[in-house]
Amino acid sequence: MDVAKLQQQHLELTQALFKEGFLDEQFTQLQQLEDPSNPEFVAEVSTLFFDDSQRILAELTKSLDGDPVDFKKIDAYVHQFKGSSSSIGAHRVKVGCTVLRTCCEEENREGCWQALQQVKQEFFLVKNRLELLLQLEQQILAEGGTIPFME
Amino acid sequence: MCQASSKKTMKCRTDAIAVGTGKGFQGSTIARSNYQLGPGRLPAKWWVQASAPPAICPSAPNMQNQRVAKRWHLRLLVLWVLAGISVSIWVFYSMNADIVKRRRERLLNMCEERAWMLQDQFVSSLNHVRALTALVTTFHLGKQPSALDQDTFAVYAARTSFERPLMTGVAYAIRVLHSQREQFEREQGWVIKKMHSNELQPAQDEYAPTVLTQDTLSHLASLDLMSGEEDHENILRARASGKGALTSPFRLLESNHLGVVLTFTVYTTDLPPDASPEERINKTAGYMGGAFDFESLVENLLRQLAESQAIIVNVYDITNKSNPLVMYGLNTSIGTTVSHISKLEFGDPLRKHEMRCRFYKQPPVPWSAITTSTGILVIVLLIGHILYAAVNRIEKVEEDYRKMEELKLLAESADVARSQFLATVSHEIRTPMNGVLGMLQMLMDTDLDATQCDYARTAHESGKQLIKLINEMLDQAKIESGRMELENIPFDLRIILDDILSLFSAEIKDRGIELAVFVSEKVPAVLVGDPVRLHQIITNLVGNSVKFTDRGHIFICVHLVDDENRVDVPNSQACTEQSVEVEEEESWNSCNTLSGLEAADKKMSWETFKLSLMHGSSEPTSSCLETSDTVNLLFSVEDTGVGIPYQAQERVFMPFMQADSSTSRNYGGTGIGLSISKCLVELMRGEMTFVSKPSVGTTFRFGLPLKKGDPSMFKSHAEANWRHPQNAPLPTKFKGKKALVVDGRPVRSQVTRYHLQRLGIFVEIICSNECCSAVSRVIARCETTNSSSSGATGNIDMVLIDKDAWGPNTGVDFPDSLKKQTDAGLNGLLTAPKLILLAMSLNDEEACKAQKAGFKDIVVKPLRASNIALCLQVALGFGNHRLKVRELTEGPGSMHNLLSGKHILVVDDNRVNRRVAEGALVKFGAHVECAESGREAIAKLQLPHKFDACFMDVQMPEMDGFEATRRIRKAEIAAAERLPRNGEVKNGKHTYRVPILAMTADVIQATPEECARCGMDGYVSKPFEEEQLYKAVAIFFEAAH
Repeated sequence: MDVAKLQQQHLELTQALFKEGFLDEQFTQLQQLEDPSNPEFVAEVSTLFFDDSQRILAELTKSLDGDPVDFKKIDAYVHQFKGSSSSIGAHRVKVGCTVLRTCCEEENREGCWQALQQVKQEFFLVKNRLELLLQLEQQILAEGGTIPFME
Repeated sequence: MCQASSKKTMKCRTDAIAVGTGKGFQGSTIARSNYQLGPGRLPAKWWVQASAPPAICPSAPNMQNQRVAKRWHLRLLVLWVLAGISVSIWVFYSMNADIVKRRRERLLNMCEERAWMLQDQFVSSLNHVRALTALVTTFHLGKQPSALDQDTFAVYAARTSFERPLMTGVAYAIRVLHSQREQFEREQGWVIKKMHSNELQPAQDEYAPTVLTQDTLSHLASLDLMSGEEDHENILRARASGKGALTSPFRLLESNHLGVVLTFTVYTTDLPPDASPEERINKTAGYMGGAFDFESLVENLLRQLAESQAIIVNVYDITNKSNPLVMYGLNTSIGTTVSHISKLEFGDPLRKHEMRCRFYKQPPVPWSAITTSTGILVIVLLIGHILYAAVNRIEKVEEDYRKMEELKLLAESADVARSQFLATVSHEIRTPMNGVLGMLQMLMDTDLDATQCDYARTAHESGKQLIKLINEMLDQAKIESGRMELENIPFDLRIILDDILSLFSAEIKDRGIELAVFVSEKVPAVLVGDPVRLHQIITNLVGNSVKFTDRGHIFICVHLVDDENRVDVPNSQACTEQSVEVEEEESWNSCNTLSGLEAADKKMSWETFKLSLMHGSSEPTSSCLETSDTVNLLFSVEDTGVGIPYQAQERVFMPFMQADSSTSRNYGGTGIGLSISKCLVELMRGEMTFVSKPSVGTTFRFGLPLKKGDPSMFKSHAEANWRHPQNAPLPTKFKGKKALVVDGRPVRSQVTRYHLQRLGIFVEIICSNECCSAVSRVIARCETTNSSSSGATGNIDMVLIDKDAWGPNTGVDFPDSLKKQTDAGLNGLLTAPKLILLAMSLNDEEACKAQKAGFKDIVVKPLRASNIALCLQVALGFGNHRLKVRELTEGPGSMHNLLSGKHILVVDDNRVNRRVAEGALVKFGAHVECAESGREAIAKLQLPHKFDACFMDVQMPEMDGFEATRRIRKAEIAAAERLPRNGEVKNGKHTYRVPILAMTADVIQATPEECARCGMDGYVSKPFEEEQLYKAVAIFFEAAH
């Protein structure tokens, strides 16, 4: 595929991600940390995030099903999830986590359940997009182009 | 009431004047306490007060008051005069009484003296007569025949007459009974004759014919003394008493003078003192008599005494008190009524005599008393008059003063009215003028031919001039009418000054004038005040300088007043002396000012400049630690222009006054700018002064007290209010870079340093008067850097050289000189510093030449942090777009410097977070290790370890960051005790102590206090924010450097 076209696609995708609020400036910071000495930093961190998050989501689901519900445990998980999502700049997931945490503090099981569903949905959305973006970057690099930078 | 209020306004006005004239910058700051309510609004307030009570008000009660006062004065005056008169009368009387008393005393003394003398002589005469009786007894009666005859007696009596000074003579009469008459007459051979008539004495019981007489009384011989009435009586009394008896005064025989006769009885035998009168009569033998001729003898006596003329003496026989008989003296009608009476004792107890003395003349007029008292009276009256006149004068002056006050109020209110009118009218003019200008602008944009375009442009220019003038007048009027209100908002002084520089950069571009600004490090970054007005003041001053300067420099300089005061004013010779002192030979650089030309105010010379810099660096905390939130700044604008003629210097601050009319023709302008600047400065409670020398230059200086601001305040407030184009934040990417400034002029190099420091660049200055010595020093500096890679010196990233470093265009040849000394030039070194040229103006040709010589870039003056930053960006090769953006936001230069080679432990339970933090830190060159929990962190930080710092997540399961830190600190202290050898204490902290920074997602949770309490050294928020990370880390690693 043409590098320029790929680059164009990449740019559009990134713009869309920012516009729709999936990502925030923290992600830009991550991108800036990437340099020749650390070429796949973003991809590495993203993968870490995906793995970690899936584990946490599973734990959360399990905890909410249990009886009685251990809200403290849930709170710890949510805190972790929130931390990693803000680290990577997954904005909407972070917002979802905040809602979930509020419900958790209120010990509102139903609210927690709904919020968790919301977070899950956000997570999968951002995961898909990010994977697509990373894939594009791989392709561009493979073609010998540079990754365009969005201001 | 009315008076009270008018007083108040008066007081207020004097206060205002005190501020207006302002004895000095210091003085005005002291006076500030009166105006806490609203700085800059004060004049308006006092005017409101001043104009509120109408001017006519104070007159009516004043008049009444004055009348009361006048009555009082009159009363006092009358009292005074009366008191004076009574005092003088009293003085007169007392003096007169004194005189009278003394006169009386004198009379007394004289009278007593006379009486005593008279008595004395009388008594002595009397005694002698008694002695004569003894003579007669002894020699006449005791002998038969008598041993005394008339001749003997006469001789004896004459010879002893001096013993009886008051007596005309003595005679002895014998007692002859009638039975013995015939025998007696026979014996004597004469008959007894009667006194006065000298006829034969008719028959009597007994007779007393005179037998012995003194020659003076020879007429008495053979006369019967018993026939004289007084003598008769006297004889009878004398022989009965046995003592001397005196007659009352009568006319003596022969002389017919007034006199008395003294009679002693001569007894035949001695009688006992208590003999009865009968016995005495029987034993009587004869009588010794003496005549006192008072009239002549007393007169003789008194004549011998002093001042015999002054008094009249009368002697009286007062035996019969109701009818005193005159013994001596003239008629009593002559002489004064004042008299003195002295008693006389003449030895006859029956007779009483007295002496009455009177002054011959009336007492003299008491002139001394009269003159003294009149003198006192005159003095009193004079003083009264003087006081009266003075009071009248004071009243008159007070009245005049009051009138003038009223007039002044009227005049001032008229002045305010004028200013208000101006303000209103100016405003009204401005509105249509804007329309005119806008239309002209639009007209110019339309399709016009050359002439029309020229006309339109001229009209537009004139319009702009007019509106500028109107604006200035509006300002002036606003200030005068007290309607100018100052803002109080935070601002960055350095940005304002940069903005002013860029404002004038175009104007001075081709004139060869150097325009520079320098702000002392100690001036706080954020100040609170009125930036717009401050901008206006400085722009006015600089504009003025630009107008009148065509060579040399214009230099804006801001210091703290404290620093400036600590620097002694150098003497006028300093300029030339210093030049010798600083470096060897300086032929072209005569003065150490910015451009090398002499400046009017020596305070700006390098020597003082250096001193104030020194103060600034040696006591960097002194200003920061000051408790007051106000800083006193001293602004100065120095130029080397035409200067102000001495005779015009006092008019400089008067509106519409230029030095002389020719000036305005040559340079244009209205001359209102300086006046406004001065007013504005005073409104800001500062003071403006200037020093100027014709054809040398002018330095305007003004001090301003400004409040210190807080950067946080600046961010919130200023971004909303201060809409200045230059407000774009300075790029931070140059932080930690090192620059070398090479220049021949110390002041200029300091200016360059100031701007570079603002960009966070570390600056070293090589200041030398010669190109070659500078070159060798630069090379030496660069080589040491490269050989010893210790962090203290660091690599030089750039070298900045002034184009006119050692004279015009000498800076351009600097690279060539470098090449001459080292074959390869600086490029031979490991890290070649970039060469940058600082130039006032540069044409294309010169630019090409500079490029060829090896300059990476050229910064065109006036220097500003922003234009230097732009050039450096190009020179240091931040060309790549992506990189550029990254640099702008992150500035890894400095972070890299700080963190490269450091071992850092990151503790976080979240894998993703851990990885991100690690990535960020690795990016800055740090070696990072990670720990998943507090426990693991403690294990890794067991001493000895290799870590330079630790980033610790606060919220972790099992053991949170606070707890972990506490345990780490405990372990460190224990270890320090275990290994005392190395347990040095540095800055109160163990060298073992590893800096631990908290990482936290929300700042609220990890308060600084909480962090400090458990032994953490700071905190950064997650995700890492560049600026914050830098600040937190810099504290440790910069200190380590």
